[in-house]
Amino acid sequence: MTDMSVPAMTDRTKPLDRARALAAFKLGDSTFYWLTRASALIVLCLLGGIIISLIVGAWPAIKTFGLEFLVTRRWAPQLSPSPVLGALGPLYGTVVTSLIAMLIAVPVGIGIAIFLTEFCPPMLRRPVGVAIELLAGIPSIIYGMWGFFVLAPFMTEHFMPAVIATFAHVPVLNVIFAGPPSYLSLFNASLVLAIMILPFITAISRDVFQTVPPMLKESAYGLGCTTWEVVKNVVIPFTRAGVIGGIMLALGRALGETMAVTFIIGNSFQISGSIFSPGTTISAAIASEFAEASGVHMSALILLGLLLFVLTFFVLAAARLMLARLQQQQGK
Amino acid sequence: MNPLYVARARTDKIIRFLCLSAAAFGLIWLGLILFTLISKGFAGLSLAVFTEMTPPPGSKSGGLANAIMGSIMMTLIGVGVGTPIGMLAGTYLAEYGRHEKLSFYVRFINDILLSAPSIVIGLFIYGAVVVPMGGFSGFAGSLALAVIVIPVVVRTTEDMLLLVPNQLREAASALGLPRSLVIRRIAYTAARTGLITGILLATARVAGETAPLLFTALSNQFWNVNLMKTMANLPVTINNFVQSPYDYWRQLAWTGALLITLAVLALNIIARLLGTERKSK
Repeated sequence: MTDMSVPAMTDRTKPLDRARALAAFKLGDSTFYWLTRASALIVLCLLGGIIISLIVGAWPAIKTFGLEFLVTRRWAPQLSPSPVLGALGPLYGTVVTSLIAMLIAVPVGIGIAIFLTEFCPPMLRRPVGVAIELLAGIPSIIYGMWGFFVLAPFMTEHFMPAVIATFAHVPVLNVIFAGPPSYLSLFNASLVLAIMILPFITAISRDVFQTVPPMLKESAYGLGCTTWEVVKNVVIPFTRAGVIGGIMLALGRALGETMAVTFIIGNSFQISGSIFSPGTTISAAIASEFAEASGVHMSALILLGLLLFVLTFFVLAAARLMLARLQQQQGK
Repeated sequence: MNPLYVARARTDKIIRFLCLSAAAFGLIWLGLILFTLISKGFAGLSLAVFTEMTPPPGSKSGGLANAIMGSIMMTLIGVGVGTPIGMLAGTYLAEYGRHEKLSFYVRFINDILLSAPSIVIGLFIYGAVVVPMGGFSGFAGSLALAVIVIPVVVRTTEDMLLLVPNQLREAASALGLPRSLVIRRIAYTAARTGLITGILLATARVAGETAPLLFTALSNQFWNVNLMKTMANLPVTINNFVQSPYDYWRQLAWTGALLITLAVLALNIIARLLGTERKSK
């Protein structure tokens, strides 16, 4: 009897259990799907949230200054009855420091990448590559601190006076390199920025150079090319989009970098033709004034942040499109 | 010999020399930074750094205990909040929506967030969290770090899941496993070390972030583990001490910088070792 009842029981409950298990699977399945989808949407919302929150914060300043903000040189938050605030000084500083940093870091960084992929003895290739990648991970405040305590004093005492003396009588250059030397200067800030983005540019260019199919390079060597000719005629044309994308990523970083420049730029809103004089960048201005700001002054700083975000958005978007093009090319 | 060959060989040599000097130039700067950091940082390293609070102005004793604790707490909470969201979003990109229009936009926006200026993220959290909550807090600082963690984790999760061979998924589906279990049991397991590497890298990335904490967590001179109050942390403490006129504070700033760098390097190296282990299998 008991033998009979066991199969009878399972027969009765089996379809039920099966249905319940399937329903649980189905529920779990769709819950998981919607969780992942919602998280993907959160990423989109983050960008929207950043933009909305910045616009809301900047609204009083937008209303007060309007488009004038972009072309006003004066920055007088304490002026009564109403402060005069303009973005021209920080915008100028941001662009100038980033440009000088790129001028130094791009040739050197690409040079190191070429060295690593083409000239370097294979034994050294890995250790040097790893060292550079590790250096790219060091927090920027360390670079800023080192610039403040070590680089700026050295440059100001030994490098700047020599340059100022050399170009004292050359037109144009004597304005760009005008004295007096200052610890807190656009030039020192650019140099620290350059050193900071150097490992970054090197790491990206090296990765990009490594995507060149060995067959292409070997064919060029087979035709009798020298190493440099292979680099110039095969490697660089093949990876042009990727290298430019990498450079623009680095530019995006340089534009928005805060801690590497804040200590040594001087936070001066003056625009001076000399790169040896103090200045400020958007991020340095926000970092050093935000804590004490209130009212329209704070709003103007948030507006500066919005400008910075828009600026880097376009640079980074262009960079990503370039890099995507390289990937497509590889897919072919 | 043909003069053309001589000229080409000469150009090659010059370029070779230039590249070598570029490498030397770059590595010298970076070596100098590490050298200064290590020599100045180790000079101030003592037990007091880990047991005493940050000193008041002018004081000749004190440590970084509260700042170290605050940094660890905010980093862990930031990573703890950011990682699940990032992993789920990365899962959507790699598993469900691989070819959907939505994924294209999410991927693009994520790549932009990945390198967005961190000070802007600080401003965002200031407007979205600090102002509505009525004050600076460790909680706001953690959220700012979480916003930085998310894009990093999304990126690595997607990349790692894409490396998992489709045959594995198909085999699991053929056995009757539902899609979500295929992903959680099979794809996650296959990509496990890669996912851990991504989380470690994200931790390393936020451990030294300063700009987003400047006006979210602010700083605190005292021991505080209450997330709703301002919280001391290493980067902001360094930022304040560097610009101070007191030698002892500057010395502490170097020591703090050394601690952060060692932590970041250690995380990076562990992540790298995990990565190579996976490749060699």
